Amino acid sequence: MTATLKCTLLALLCCLLWSCSGGESNVTVGNREGVLHLGNGTDPQELDPHIVTGIPEHHIITALLEGLVLKDPATLEPIPGVAERWEVSEDGKRYRFYLRHNARWSNGDPVTAHDFTWSWWRALQPALGNQYAYMLFTLKNAEAYYKGELKDFDQVGAHAVDDYTLDIELANPTPYFLQLLDHYSFFPVHRATIEKFGAPDERGSQWTRPGNFVGNGPYNLTEWKLFKQVVVTKNPLYWDADKVSINAIHFHPTENVTTEERMFRSGQLHRTASIPIDKVAIYRKEHPELLYTQPYLGNYFYRFNTKVPQLSDKRVRRALAMSIDSEAIVKQVTKGDELPAYTITPPDTLGYTAEPGFRYDPEKARQLMAEAGYPGGKGFPVTELLYNTSEGHRKIAVAIQQMWNEQLGIKIVLNNQDWKVYLNSVDTGDYAIARAGWIGDYVDPNTFLDMWLTDGGNNRTGWSNARYDELILKLAPEATDREERYKLMREAEALLLEDMPIVPLFIYTSKTLVHPSLKGLKPNLLDYVLYKELSLDPSYSGKVIH
Amino acid sequence: MGRFILSRLLQAIPVLLVVITATFFLVRIAPGGPFSAEKAVPPEVLKALESRYHLDQPMWQQYLGYLNDLVHGEFGPSFRYPGRSVNELILGGLPTTAELAFYAMLVAIFIGVCAGVMAALRPNTAQDYIPMSAAMLGICMPSFLMGPLLVLIFGVWMEWLPVSGWGDLPGDKILPAITLGTGYAAYIARLSRGGMLEVMSQDYIRTARAKGLPEWVVVLKHGLRGGLIPVVAFLGPAFAGLLSGSFVVETIFQIPGLGRFYVQAAFNRDYTMILGTTVFFAALIVLFNLLSDIVAVWINPKLRHQLRDNN
Repeated sequence: MTATLKCTLLALLCCLLWSCSGGESNVTVGNREGVLHLGNGTDPQELDPHIVTGIPEHHIITALLEGLVLKDPATLEPIPGVAERWEVSEDGKRYRFYLRHNARWSNGDPVTAHDFTWSWWRALQPALGNQYAYMLFTLKNAEAYYKGELKDFDQVGAHAVDDYTLDIELANPTPYFLQLLDHYSFFPVHRATIEKFGAPDERGSQWTRPGNFVGNGPYNLTEWKLFKQVVVTKNPLYWDADKVSINAIHFHPTENVTTEERMFRSGQLHRTASIPIDKVAIYRKEHPELLYTQPYLGNYFYRFNTKVPQLSDKRVRRALAMSIDSEAIVKQVTKGDELPAYTITPPDTLGYTAEPGFRYDPEKARQLMAEAGYPGGKGFPVTELLYNTSEGHRKIAVAIQQMWNEQLGIKIVLNNQDWKVYLNSVDTGDYAIARAGWIGDYVDPNTFLDMWLTDGGNNRTGWSNARYDELILKLAPEATDREERYKLMREAEALLLEDMPIVPLFIYTSKTLVHPSLKGLKPNLLDYVLYKELSLDPSYSGKVIH
Repeated sequence: MGRFILSRLLQAIPVLLVVITATFFLVRIAPGGPFSAEKAVPPEVLKALESRYHLDQPMWQQYLGYLNDLVHGEFGPSFRYPGRSVNELILGGLPTTAELAFYAMLVAIFIGVCAGVMAALRPNTAQDYIPMSAAMLGICMPSFLMGPLLVLIFGVWMEWLPVSGWGDLPGDKILPAITLGTGYAAYIARLSRGGMLEVMSQDYIRTARAKGLPEWVVVLKHGLRGGLIPVVAFLGPAFAGLLSGSFVVETIFQIPGLGRFYVQAAFNRDYTMILGTTVFFAALIVLFNLLSDIVAVWINPKLRHQLRDNN
């Protein structure tokens, strides 16, 4: 009886499992029906362009809304978006945008210059809690208006001449201004929709829900299930709808990178948001055609707290920097094609490349330590290296701890803290050496250099240099051409690297897995994707790895 | 019985109040706030955000305000998801988590009771050792190992079942339910073995056998009823544990449930979300403990008499 029971149960289980197998994968169905499945990292917090701060949100919002300009994914230079063309004044402070007449909101309303001025007015309402409001401070008087020093929005440098002409006046000549226009903080929002669901500056009203959302991008929002997926479908009213080849995009939240990789392998995703570090080498060996890596506009560095006595001497900071073998770190620890960095700006940031500020030279490093009063590391107090809890950061910290111990004879202790605790420690200066990372907001060296201004919110090292402040705040913005401006910025970066309140370690690479049926991706520093350029090849089936 | 339930419900109030108070102040003492980020938030923005969520008020005022909201059934707005209230998030994730917990419970009871009863019927033989060793292994094997292992075998190698998701593809609920259920199956196996061993040596079982009843009737009808009392007592807290402890399984299988909110909220310092989920889970645990006590009284005549005598 027991044996019969066991056999029956086994048979039942087999039937159950059998009945479940054989379903078509997302990718197979997607290729046939023109539906793209993307891994999108963390779950989006919001879809309001004037509230969100993250990259997953950026991926979705650029499908739903469109700014005045777009970027060419191959070069990152601006190309027409809602604006058909534009003119720039001689002094680089005034822009006139001519909006295309066929740009429409998804409910059929025309997209006008007034939509932009109203949206920017909204983005500058303090009650909204827009963390990217400072992006708009490039507009004349926007900062004063935001801070309440100015009550009249008409004095802010954005005016609709008529429905299709928009004049912009900047506070300073900002060579990267067109780059900013493609950031979601500058995106237009549909006034009538927002007002229907609450006050314009109400945080988290219902206007961003499916069914309510009115956008002007290539796709419409059709589904938003938390932790499940966001679905957007082709917007037939989009001005360039003929070019949009993919019918719908499913954004899957994939917080767990290991699960994401398994989803990719089983044909549930066309593209992942990331890849587990330990899988990079395996893919490179066995399936290099699926691995998609490109340098990224972000860097990994260590901050030195210049207020800590043993680190207040720049010779010590330089010695620490010069005894780190970044080549070894990227080859043996991170193993993800990162570029060892000797500058804080990534190479060729829209034509800007800085001179290396130091090199790996342990001999010179020991000499500097001796000069600073710590020959062979004698007398150097035990110093703490802080990082936020993560296996990747730990490995790098351990490698550097060893390098410093071997090369300089100093003792470093490691301390890891939960993300928010770590942020608090760094922010309040309660650290000696701390791991950090920075992703540029726009393609321009300024996004990496303006953070080191005296008492800047992102400086957090206690470092201050009057000449540096002058170069970044005053001289570079007033430079008349790109070359002169870059020259001033190179001078500033050299000052920074000479004093070394930070030590750059490497430039990030973005690493994702891409299914061969997804066509039209172009590598660039921002991992910028123009959805209307993508297409799916129906001749591929879902599984690429067996 | 009514008085018993009422007194237990009244006891729950101070328990919940302690949970609320401790959580409320602990999350606020923890370093780092809900709006701290790698890119420094400008002071004006921070001020606007804090005033929006009343974080600029004195702590006691925030506390009283929160209690007031709770009495009205409001958990407040989530800091991380600006357009969503904590109520909405909990109600959104609960059905999925409850469904997962329910299936996991079925798996746990089915495997656990079968293994336990089998083992108890032939104590100290292979029929005892094999399921009990497997149970020990099940208790020791964490779900973050069990899940990926099952996925590797059934999802990636054999391609029988989907590797992730919930309700998207046929069969995608099987692996999460098994992963979450096996750990509890192991406990149930050990409890039911113990219970059955004790019961099967009782006089009334001997009587049943003496009446000439077939062995399966003796085991299923007379043995199980008494033998499963420890299991029933365990089910209440176990179900609450399944609900609140599904974080790992939800993460491994990308399931849009409540467990992930709970843990992510703590990392994000999403104060209202941490409080909301903690209070909600605390209330659930209290409730399920009460339910399992009621069921235990109902199926155990000894307890029933005791309760009547006390009254």
